[in-house]
Amino acid sequence: MFGGFDYAVLERALPLLWQGMLFTLQLTGLAICGGVFFGTLLALMRLSPFRPVSFFAASYVNFFRSLPLILVIFWFYFLVPKMLGWPIGGFYSVLIAFVMFEAAYYCEIIRAGIQSVTRAQVHAGSALGLTYGQTMRLIILPQAFRNMLPVLLTQSIIMFQDTSLVYVVGLKDFLTTADLIANRDNRPVELFIFAAVVYFVLCLIGSTSARRLQRTYAI
Amino acid sequence: MIEVKNVSKWYGDFHVLKDCSTSVAKGQVVVICGPSGSGKSTLIKCINGLEPFQKGAIAVNGTSVGDPATNLSKLRSRIGMVFQNFELFPHMTVIRNIMLAQVKVLGRTEAEAEERAMKLLTRVGLVDQAAKHPAQLSGGQQQRVAIARALAMDPIAMLFDEPTSALDPEMINEVLDVMVALAEDGMTMMVVTHEMGFAKKVADRVIFMDEGHIVEDATTEDFFGTPRSERAQMFLSKILSH
Amino acid sequence: MNYKWDWGILLQEPYFGWIWAGFGWTCAVAILAWMIALSLGSVIGVLRTIPHPLPRAIGTAYVELFRNIPLLVQLFLWYFVVPEVVPREAGMFLKRGLPMPEFWTAVVCLGFYHGARVAEQVRSGIGAIRDGQRQAALAMGLTTTQVYRYVLLPVSYRIIIPPLTSDFLGVFKNSSLALTIGVIELTARSRQIEEYTFQGFEAFAAATVLYSLVTFAVMTLMHVTERRTRIPGMISLEAK
Repeated sequence: MFGGFDYAVLERALPLLWQGMLFTLQLTGLAICGGVFFGTLLALMRLSPFRPVSFFAASYVNFFRSLPLILVIFWFYFLVPKMLGWPIGGFYSVLIAFVMFEAAYYCEIIRAGIQSVTRAQVHAGSALGLTYGQTMRLIILPQAFRNMLPVLLTQSIIMFQDTSLVYVVGLKDFLTTADLIANRDNRPVELFIFAAVVYFVLCLIGSTSARRLQRTYAI
Repeated sequence: MIEVKNVSKWYGDFHVLKDCSTSVAKGQVVVICGPSGSGKSTLIKCINGLEPFQKGAIAVNGTSVGDPATNLSKLRSRIGMVFQNFELFPHMTVIRNIMLAQVKVLGRTEAEAEERAMKLLTRVGLVDQAAKHPAQLSGGQQQRVAIARALAMDPIAMLFDEPTSALDPEMINEVLDVMVALAEDGMTMMVVTHEMGFAKKVADRVIFMDEGHIVEDATTEDFFGTPRSERAQMFLSKILSH
Repeated sequence: MNYKWDWGILLQEPYFGWIWAGFGWTCAVAILAWMIALSLGSVIGVLRTIPHPLPRAIGTAYVELFRNIPLLVQLFLWYFVVPEVVPREAGMFLKRGLPMPEFWTAVVCLGFYHGARVAEQVRSGIGAIRDGQRQAALAMGLTTTQVYRYVLLPVSYRIIIPPLTSDFLGVFKNSSLALTIGVIELTARSRQIEEYTFQGFEAFAAATVLYSLVTFAVMTLMHVTERRTRIPGMISLEAK
C-alpha cells in the first residue's frame, strides 16, 4: 500500500515546506499575543460591575463564538481593505481576523482563571491600600495566569491547528504549501501524510506539556 | 455457605489482605469490625468478586469466586450487597431501582418485578415513596430502599459495607431495625459495622481485623466478654467509650 | 469608505435560493456528522473507562490521533489520500462510484474528528460518577454492558449535556470546512455571492445571521432538554 511512497518528493519539497512552517508559526505567535491581550481586556470588561461594559463584552464573545472561523476570515479579508481604503495584504487581514476571533475564546479562559482566584484576595489587596488596577495587575492576574496556563496552552494548540484555515484565502502557510506542491508534483499521498505527521508531532508535544502543567498546578 | 481460605490481596505494593480465613454458615450473622484501613470493606468486596484477590480461595455456596470460569454476574445476583453510600441509581425512581435487576438479570416480567418491589417497600416502610427519585429521600430512607433493592433478588446471603456510617445519627436506628428483622428471619449476613449494639443483639460471631489480618474471630459472647488480643481490647474500649 | 448598500440582493434570485440551499447543506453535513460523532464518541469514551489496558490504549490512541491533527488536514487526508492507499476497488468506488463524494467525505471526516471530542466528554462524564455506582450495579448481577447501558451512560449523558451542546455547535461551525473540497454550503454560498455581486457585506451578514440564529436556537433547546432531564432532587451528580 505504501510501496509507492516517494521520499525524494518530500526531500525536494522541504525548503518550501519550511518557509510555509515559518509563516504558520509567525501567524500563530502574533495571533496568540494579540488574542491573549484582547482576551484579557474582554475578560476584565466581562467582570466589570458596570453593566453596559460587561454586556458589550459578553455579546462580543457570544457572537464570535457562534461563527465559523472561515466565515470570520472571509469577513476580514473582504472588510479590512474596504474600511481602510487601501490594501494591506492578506497576512494582516487574516491576522486581525484571528486576533478578533481567538480573543473571544481566550476571554472565557481568562475569565475562568480570574474567577478562580478567591474574592478574599481582592479584599486583601484593597486592605493593603492598593487600587483596583494595582490589585488586578499585581495580585489577581499573576495568580490567574498561573492557574489557567494549561488551558491557555491547549487553546493555543487549537489555534496553531486553526491557522491552516488561511488555505481558504490562499496564503502560503504550511498546509497550503503542502497542497501546492501536492498539486504541482501530483503527489498528494506523500505531502498530506507528511503534513499530518508534522502537525501531529508538534501538537502532541504541546498537548502533553499542557497535561504536565495541569498536573503541576491546575485551576 | 461462605468459605474464605488464606486470601491475600495487594494494591500494587500495598498488602491489603494478609492470609485471611473465615467461614459463615447458613443463617449466621457475622459482624466485621476494625479500625479504618484494616481491610474489612475490601474483604467483603472480595466475597462477591467486586475486588479481585491474588492468593487464596473464596467459595460461596460451593461456587469459587476467584475461578475465571465462574459466571460472576450470576453469582452476584444471588448475593445482596448494601453500600456505605447507598448507591441507588439517581436517574431512576425508587421502584425502578428495585425493579431493574429483577427484570434485566432474573428475567422477571415488569408486573412481577413491580409486585415484588412494592411488597419489599412495604416491608421497609417506604411504600409511599415508590415514585420518588433517590435524591428526594433522606439518607436513612435511601439505605432502606437499597436493602429492599438487594432483597428483591431473593439473595442467599447479604453483605453490608458500613451501612450506617454515612447516616446522620437520628437515622441509624431505622436502618438497623430493618437489619435486625432480617437477621431474625434467618438471613445469612456479613456486616462491616462499628455498631456494637447491633453486633451484641444479633451477631453470632464477631471478626476483628487490623492491618489486613483477621486478628480475632470469636463468638459474640467471647468477643465482648474477653477479647483475646490487645488490639481488639483497645479498639473496643475506644468504640464503646462514646 | 464608499460602498453601495443593496440589501435587496439577498431577496433576489438566484441569490436568495443560493443562501437557503447552502444553509440546507450546512445542516445536512452537521447533523449526519453529529450522528457519527455521538455514536463513535460514546464507544471510544466508554473504552477509555474500562479497567483493562488494551481498550484504554485503543481509546487514548484514537483521541490523540484525531485531536492533534488539524481538521483541514484530516479532510484532505480523507479526500485525497484515503482513496489512494485503500485497496484498488475501494479506491475506485470512493473516486467514481460514490455519489456526492465531497459531501460524504466531509460527513465522515467531521464525524470522526468530533467523535474524539465527544469521547473526551463521555469519559469525563463517566469519571464524574463515583465508583460505588458501578460496584452497586455489578453487585446486583448486571453484566458490564448492562452497567453502562442502564446506569453509567444515562447518568453521564445528563451531566455532559452542556459540553455536548457546544460540541454540536462545533460540528455545525466546522461544517464550513467542507467548502475546501467543494461542498457548496452556507459559507461557500456567501463567498460566491460576494464574488458575483461584490455585495460582500450583505452576503456575509446573511450567513452570519443564520449561524447566530442556529446557535441561539440550539442553546435554547439545550436549556429545555437540561430542565426536562434533570433528576428530581439532584443539585449536582458529580459527587465524589
